[in-house]
Amino acid sequence: MVDDFCLTDGRSGPTFWHMVNVDPPLLQMRGIVKQFPGARALDGVDLEIRAGEVHCLLGQNGAGKSTLIKVLAGAHQPDEGQILLDGRPVTIPHPVAGLRLGIATMYQELDVVDGLSVAENIYLGHELATAGFSQRRAATANTRALLRRLGHGDIAPHREVGRLSAAGKQIVSMARALSHDARVIVMDEPSAVLDAEEVDNLFRVVRELTASGVAVVYISHRLDEIRQIGDRITVLKDGRTVATGLPAAQTPTAELIRLMTGRTVEYAIPPRPPVPEDAATVLQVDGLTLRGSFRDVSFDVRAGEVVGLAGLVGSGRTEILETVFGARHATAGTVRVGGRRLRPGSVSDAVRAGIGLCPEERKSQGLLLDEPVYRNITLSTFGRNAKASFLDEGAERTVAREQIDALDVRPADPERRARTLSGGNQQKVLLARWLVHGCRVLLLDEPTRGVDVGARAEIYALVADLAAQGAAVVVVSSEIPEVLGLADRVLVVSEGRVVHEGPASGIDEHRVLDLVMEGSAA
Amino acid sequence: MTEIPAAVPADESARIEKASRSTQTTRTGIMHGATGRNLGLVIALVALCIFGVITAGERFASIDNVLTILRLASVIGVLSIGMTFVITGGGIDLSVGSVVGLSSVWASTLATQTMAQDTHWIVMVGCALAVGLGAGLVNGVLIAYGRVVAFIATLAMLVSARGLAEIIANRQTQIVKVQGFLDFFRDDFIGIPTLVWIFVVVAVAGWILLNRTTFGRRTIAVGGNPEAARLAGIKVKRHTMYLYALSGLAAGIGGVMMLGRTTAGSSTNGQLYELDAIAAVVVGGTLLIGGRGTIVGTVLGVLIFSTLTNVFTQNNLSISAQAVAKGVIIVVAVLLQQRIAERSRAGT
Repeated sequence: MVDDFCLTDGRSGPTFWHMVNVDPPLLQMRGIVKQFPGARALDGVDLEIRAGEVHCLLGQNGAGKSTLIKVLAGAHQPDEGQILLDGRPVTIPHPVAGLRLGIATMYQELDVVDGLSVAENIYLGHELATAGFSQRRAATANTRALLRRLGHGDIAPHREVGRLSAAGKQIVSMARALSHDARVIVMDEPSAVLDAEEVDNLFRVVRELTASGVAVVYISHRLDEIRQIGDRITVLKDGRTVATGLPAAQTPTAELIRLMTGRTVEYAIPPRPPVPEDAATVLQVDGLTLRGSFRDVSFDVRAGEVVGLAGLVGSGRTEILETVFGARHATAGTVRVGGRRLRPGSVSDAVRAGIGLCPEERKSQGLLLDEPVYRNITLSTFGRNAKASFLDEGAERTVAREQIDALDVRPADPERRARTLSGGNQQKVLLARWLVHGCRVLLLDEPTRGVDVGARAEIYALVADLAAQGAAVVVVSSEIPEVLGLADRVLVVSEGRVVHEGPASGIDEHRVLDLVMEGSAA
Repeated sequence: MTEIPAAVPADESARIEKASRSTQTTRTGIMHGATGRNLGLVIALVALCIFGVITAGERFASIDNVLTILRLASVIGVLSIGMTFVITGGGIDLSVGSVVGLSSVWASTLATQTMAQDTHWIVMVGCALAVGLGAGLVNGVLIAYGRVVAFIATLAMLVSARGLAEIIANRQTQIVKVQGFLDFFRDDFIGIPTLVWIFVVVAVAGWILLNRTTFGRRTIAVGGNPEAARLAGIKVKRHTMYLYALSGLAAGIGGVMMLGRTTAGSSTNGQLYELDAIAAVVVGGTLLIGGRGTIVGTVLGVLIFSTLTNVFTQNNLSISAQAVAKGVIIVVAVLLQQRIAERSRAGT
């Protein structure tokens, strides 16, 4: 399954060649599938890691990186697929088993105990002890040796970890991995909490580790880092491996972004007639600013128009939607719906004015998972059906059933708990909520994330329908072809600024990527 | 250079569809859903009663004794209804016992009683309810707008309301002398004491409020997923404040009932009632993390505990033994609930 691109492209120095030829891959994951209720987090991932390499894992939020490393650490059990260590199949039923096999994970939120000392943290869970008495002296000596190996002899073993900087905690986390004789160390966005100098030190440590034969799986959103430290790259998207074994130094950035964001499926986006010239402006955003996130964003959306926001994760696109909706309190600027100015930071004002948001994180931000589907559909409107504050559940069920039929929510059971629906059907439930509400403005954040192919096409058709009925729609998506296909007009967002605005027909995927990168460089 | 997998097979969506169907919950199991949980509580209550009849015979099974149990249940019962709302909304209110004490003291001060003598005994009721509502609003504002953790805010109210009650009462017991008030609470209606009627009215009102009104729906939404509720346009902060105000109001009603039952306002009234109320709510099947609440379950939980106390007293068992039994019941009930929740989640 795994192609050895590197054997033929002649990257890297002689050491690399040496190791590739002599050793079998240290670790292989084949066809890993992980199914969660209603969503397929991993759908056939292949990964091959060699001793002494820095293997970078790239992918958007939700691509399956976190699930994959949890499978590798033994925190999740795969439903299908195989893990091989030194060419032999292994199972990792729990995290301790992972550590025993020499697979250590440094999670993004550093999992150190602030109240314990450096040495206690490093030996947490595998304390050096005889008959229950901890051997503090041995632990201290070993800790000192481990820290010295990481080039941090300056950290005292008895120091309380809570007093260390983020970088210091990371060193402790790494020393803990080494104390388990780790052969594979997984680092989940290790640089996210570090400043430039600390990142340099991290890289030095990583190079020393790999020189001694340890493999490092490195996860980061920062492409420049991956170029500096990485040997090979695997790109995940929608729970699948879309490319593996790419040389980190040579693969063009545009290629990597295309792999992360580009199409893995055909986009069945229905064609739409152009927006009539005389269509009224429904949503006016003027000079909207959210400190620390984005600044001076202005755009209008007319009735029947779909406007797309294209940009990478962290560009500010989600925050723009949430601020328009009032879920975040704008630092400056105004939002108007039909000419009426909305109170900043007030979701209920926005909802009353006829704005609806389908949020990025459906489960945590959108749904009452243990409540029936019909109550999720009427969550914004149950008060409207009520008479003198008394609920009319019969009317709610009728309204919900109409939407279930119109949107083809499957299974078509208004009493089912939202938790048990697939991602696509959950998204339809959220859309139905705003359809019942009769929204004039619909804000869609990643409407097709975690949605299977069939349901995607249905959601595209729905968006087109809504626009045809006169709704003003704003779509955010990581998938640039999706934005270009759905939208009449596109705003390219980069580093919290709108760097381009124009008709969707006048721009292609590559041009958008160029703009995104120019924006980041500026 | 890259390996791009073939387009998703056509049967992919069918497969996902099938997978999601297999996780569908069945609603046939007798122990599933609200009815099943309540049935379990009813069985426990009946078992307790049978035990009571066997061990205490006539003394237990008399109408007088049943009314004693109900009277005993009534004050905690009213507090538990308020508590059900707070817990369903994802919070906790530790202050209700102290607020019972404070409102009973405030409503029975010389000044209040004099005013009641001059006008109408209802003044005392109004005073207690206002004190309870006020304390609840303070809790609510601190928690919703001051973003103080509910546990801490209501713990602070627990301590300071009790202290304030002691200051007002000067550690004295304030005998109620307003005859109209005493008569009202000593009275029966169709053979059932006023206190029990109040509990019944509050419970029915609570059931309607939780299950049939927009307020109840909002409570479940706010407790189940506050972020989703907020993004659907529900005013989560304001509603959270209302929930604590409601619980405070229930504690004020409890204070009036204590006054009626004991005919005296004392700063020690209602001590530790908050724990009995929380226990009854949790045993009743309301989720401590919020999002699901049951008034019927709460009422059954209250009845189970007060029947237990009565059965133990009838058999001359010590209060300490009662406490042990209560603890065991709480743990067993929660363990059973978790099993049921896991099973319904797994969809078997």
